[in-house]
Amino acid sequence: MVGPGRSRCCAPSSAGRAMNCRAEVLEVSVEGRQVEEAMLAVLHTILLHRSTGKFHYKKEGTYSIGTVGTQDVDCDFIDFAYVRVSSEELDRALRKAVGEFKDALRGSGSDGMGQISLEFYQKKKSRWPFSDECIPWELWTIKVNVVNLANEQERQICREKVGEKLCEKIINIVEVMNRHEYLPKMPTQSEVDNVFDTSLKDVQPYLYKISYQITDSLGTSVTTTMRRLIKDTLAL
Amino acid sequence: MDTDLSSQDRKDLDKFIKFFALKTVQVIVQARLGEKICTRSSSSPTGSDWFNLAIKDIPEVTHEAKKALAGQLPAVGRSMCVEISLKTSEGDSMELEIWCLEMNEKCDKEIKVSYTVYNRLSLLLKSLLAITRVTPAYRLSRKQGHEYVILYRIYFGEVQLSGLGEGFQTVRVGTVGTPVGTITLSCAYRINLAFMSTRQFERTPPIMGIIIDHFVDRPYPSSSPMHPCNYRAGEDNGAVYPSVEDSQEVCTTSFSTSPPSQCVFTVTKAHFQTPPPVVTDTLKVPVMGLAFSHQLSSSRLSYQPAALGVGSADMGYPVLFAGGLNAAHPHQLIGPGKEGGVPPVPSQPTHGTQADQERMCTPLDGVHYSAATPSSSEDTETVSNSSEGKCGSPHDLLETIFIRKVGAFVNKPINQVTMANLDIPFAMFAPKNVELEDNDPMVNPPESPETESPLQGSLHSEGSSGSSTGNTHDDFVMIDFKPAFSKDDILPMDLGTFYREFQNPPQLSSLSIDIGAQSMAEDLDSLPEKLAVHEKNVKEFDAFVETLQ
Repeated sequence: MVGPGRSRCCAPSSAGRAMNCRAEVLEVSVEGRQVEEAMLAVLHTILLHRSTGKFHYKKEGTYSIGTVGTQDVDCDFIDFAYVRVSSEELDRALRKAVGEFKDALRGSGSDGMGQISLEFYQKKKSRWPFSDECIPWELWTIKVNVVNLANEQERQICREKVGEKLCEKIINIVEVMNRHEYLPKMPTQSEVDNVFDTSLKDVQPYLYKISYQITDSLGTSVTTTMRRLIKDTLAL
Repeated sequence: MDTDLSSQDRKDLDKFIKFFALKTVQVIVQARLGEKICTRSSSSPTGSDWFNLAIKDIPEVTHEAKKALAGQLPAVGRSMCVEISLKTSEGDSMELEIWCLEMNEKCDKEIKVSYTVYNRLSLLLKSLLAITRVTPAYRLSRKQGHEYVILYRIYFGEVQLSGLGEGFQTVRVGTVGTPVGTITLSCAYRINLAFMSTRQFERTPPIMGIIIDHFVDRPYPSSSPMHPCNYRAGEDNGAVYPSVEDSQEVCTTSFSTSPPSQCVFTVTKAHFQTPPPVVTDTLKVPVMGLAFSHQLSSSRLSYQPAALGVGSADMGYPVLFAGGLNAAHPHQLIGPGKEGGVPPVPSQPTHGTQADQERMCTPLDGVHYSAATPSSSEDTETVSNSSEGKCGSPHDLLETIFIRKVGAFVNKPINQVTMANLDIPFAMFAPKNVELEDNDPMVNPPESPETESPLQGSLHSEGSSGSSTGNTHDDFVMIDFKPAFSKDDILPMDLGTFYREFQNPPQLSSLSIDIGAQSMAEDLDSLPEKLAVHEKNVKEFDAFVETLQ
């Protein structure tokens, strides 16, 4: 199967065209200063479900799995709290991505609408000269609409409302997760990097990438792709 | 069905389900403790982290869960339920959520137990972690402490959702199919929290010392005891399970406080004439109030059983109180202006002075302990406080003086606020934190000696003295002095004391018009002279300014 963006290293598939890629879309309306926390809450919740402990392969093809710790995070601008994986590296990576998204949203070309996507994919090795294919198997899209509020009272109401909305989103995410639909098979030792991101010290999420799009005021989408560093991919 | 499953798989499955149930309970209870949970990831497996998740095991919770399960596993018709409820300091309680771990008959034979089922159970636990932060009870539990606490109860059997009120909502956390059935985890939560928002949480001042009774009467016969979610003992808002002795000790704080109007001060100055209280400088002064028998007319006050025979607290306790500190001068105790408070009625001849001073009782003894010997003066029937025996020791009493208001029959925590140092001259003016009516023993008759009497311990100085004597010193008409903006902190009386003390400060001299002072004209006249002097020193001033630059 020809994966998207064959000539580049795993270019993201914006529409999840690959087979078996399920796509979920979430929408939120938030105030400017809430964008970061709302995005982090959703992304962390998804990644909590899509991360395991580090694999340690032993002989005979068996492996043991490390332990994933969790921690509570309180939001400052939203009446909300969520649970994330206890991994500073993962948190940093997400914060970086969300920070860029937030800056882009604030940029001049935007009227406050944009979307951020989290895609889980598998790598399929191809023979030279073709680069590896990235086959997405799950795509989460979060559409964001930034609102501007006039006074403190509205902001206070917004805090509570967005908190409630996020609660609903978390319930939606959990619902999808528990359908127990396709998940990549557990890989052998040689294949583990095609399925999991093994670069983190303490946890092992499935391979993922984050990208975002900002809709400018004319309604055309200005695509900015931010690649997440994948240590073993090389562009041709 | 079982025949399809190998025995090893069956054993594994049972083990997984059992530990899953225990971990589920841990996650739920920990999510309602009221604090943020943080566990570390570890890349090397320790072998003891079930489902590859770092979930701490609180021993008490595990114990309760095992007790509820009693060796069984969730099966059809037998679900494991964790009930989360809220209990206010007044004793009202309300069920907030019921988390159910159920099993139904739909089997998935194809699934691999040791691998797929295990991983899916792990995923379900992660979902549970996420969902427990999303229901309304999470936010309530983060704010628990003073006004209310969150309790949990585990039971096994039929799910009982009737306590959740109308219109409760359900959220499904997830399901995992196994060869013996499908495990479902869901939560039903109350959405009608109306009474909470209006009544309970707007109450001020904050109420300390919420103690959760270990055993609460539940409507269901097979109910298990409720447990507080904040399990850490020894902390201020931790669940404290007072032992009987503790409660007794604490109990000694019951002070009766009958409404001033009904109180007639019977304790006389005679008290002050008693030998200086053995009162030490520490708190060990028995709180007077206890001692006083309320004047007959107010039969209400008859006595404070539990306590300490507390008499009405309005009898110039402060006196005693302070007295304790200043044994020498009874009147000193009274503090400024309080004189009037001391009932001129020498009602009792010495009841007092008793004898039974084992305690370092103060003058009060007489009255109080007179219980034993109700000396009868015509007008005094010292109501005998049955508490003679129970007076505990005065120091016990004292300890409770500054207790804040707690609900009737509530056990007070061991770590109550006590005045470590009653060296405050006007301690009697401490603001009273209690509503008199609530503490009226007639209204809320104490149940037994052991239970805290509903009477609140606090210094009812003003109120009592004012009312009791009937002399209304302007200063003391007010019954319940709560200084504005005075927060309920450890020493509640500071602001009140300060306020009273400095209510009438002397005038600033500069503001007073003194006939002998210079008049404005004279002031103006002297100005040129002053200027001349300054001009002479101008060089010095300049040099000074230079140094500043």
